[in-house]
Amino acid sequence: MHENIKVGMADYKATSHPSILITLGLGSCVGIALFDPSTKIIGLAHIMLPTSKIAKDVINDAKFADTAIIKLVEDMVRLGANRKFIKAKLAGGAQMFNFTDSSDSIRIGLRNVEASKEMLAKLNIPIISEDVGGNHGRTIELYSDDGKLMIKTVGFGVSYI
Amino acid sequence: MTINFSELNNIQLDVLREIGNIGAGNAVSALAKMINRKIDMAVPKVKILEFKKISDMLNAPEDPVIGILLGMTGDITGNILFMLDKKSARLLVNMLFGFKESTSEDFDEIEMSAIKELGNIMTGSYVGALSMLTNLKILCSVPDVAIDMAGAILSVPAIEFGKLGESVLYIESEFNEGDNKVIGDFFLIPDIGSYETLLKTLGVII
Repeated sequence: MHENIKVGMADYKATSHPSILITLGLGSCVGIALFDPSTKIIGLAHIMLPTSKIAKDVINDAKFADTAIIKLVEDMVRLGANRKFIKAKLAGGAQMFNFTDSSDSIRIGLRNVEASKEMLAKLNIPIISEDVGGNHGRTIELYSDDGKLMIKTVGFGVSYI
Repeated sequence: MTINFSELNNIQLDVLREIGNIGAGNAVSALAKMINRKIDMAVPKVKILEFKKISDMLNAPEDPVIGILLGMTGDITGNILFMLDKKSARLLVNMLFGFKESTSEDFDEIEMSAIKELGNIMTGSYVGALSMLTNLKILCSVPDVAIDMAGAILSVPAIEFGKLGESVLYIESEFNEGDNKVIGDFFLIPDIGSYETLLKTLGVII
């Protein structure tokens, strides 16, 4: 029996097989799904901002791409995951509203995606698939069985990456 | 100085509540004029919510809602978001078009532009009240409307608040026309620095 575990906004969770990690209604935030096929340990982070450098003090590691990914990998390793086998999938980073004068805050989704990719590259974690950008929200579910990532949208139905 | 919403004192909260009350009051009376009906409004609730609890707060974070976002420029900069559920939007559109009896969950092009205009007028009146109250010059941009998952729409104000702290502040306003209840949420999202300007002008921080 799979356990469904919810990951909130600015939150991350790692868990052992069998389980499903879910995050609901990703907008400009990015969901970083990590999977170690050798142990079936999975992890999911729901980040809001690209870097902790913009914060005066970091109260919540889970809020930023740079700090959240490192912590999530550590948690997975603590559960027994093999660091070198971990693979990543990305979803989210949408631009929910369209403005002609695209200010920084409007393009935050894109920056969240870029920062997540940078951090994964730094940690030598390959990104095997992604569904990012656009202007629609996504709900995602990560399955420990095979690392499949389900993406549900309002207008574009359900897909798996 | 960084403003942390979970650390606001009662006086500051009262002031924000009052801003919400006056702002939403103005918005609702603009709406009443537009549809030419009497509308009653409950006292708005000011809520502060941790990010992790946002999806719990929404009854259904995946259900589509309507978000209308406007940019603010002038003495303070930032955004203002008005969010309402589809049922409420349908009610308002029906009223606006003289009680056509549509129950459709979808909105055609004309209805969408009516919703946009509705949001424009309501948030414009909200900001107008704020401007009067503070003597600050605030200009609004043209609105943009998005219909999507509540969680995804909410990520927009949440990210802005995320730069300041660990929680999001919003004002829930509920209004009725007869037996029809409309619930709308206003998110006033000033940029870092502008919140300070706002609270300073109102005399609640030095």
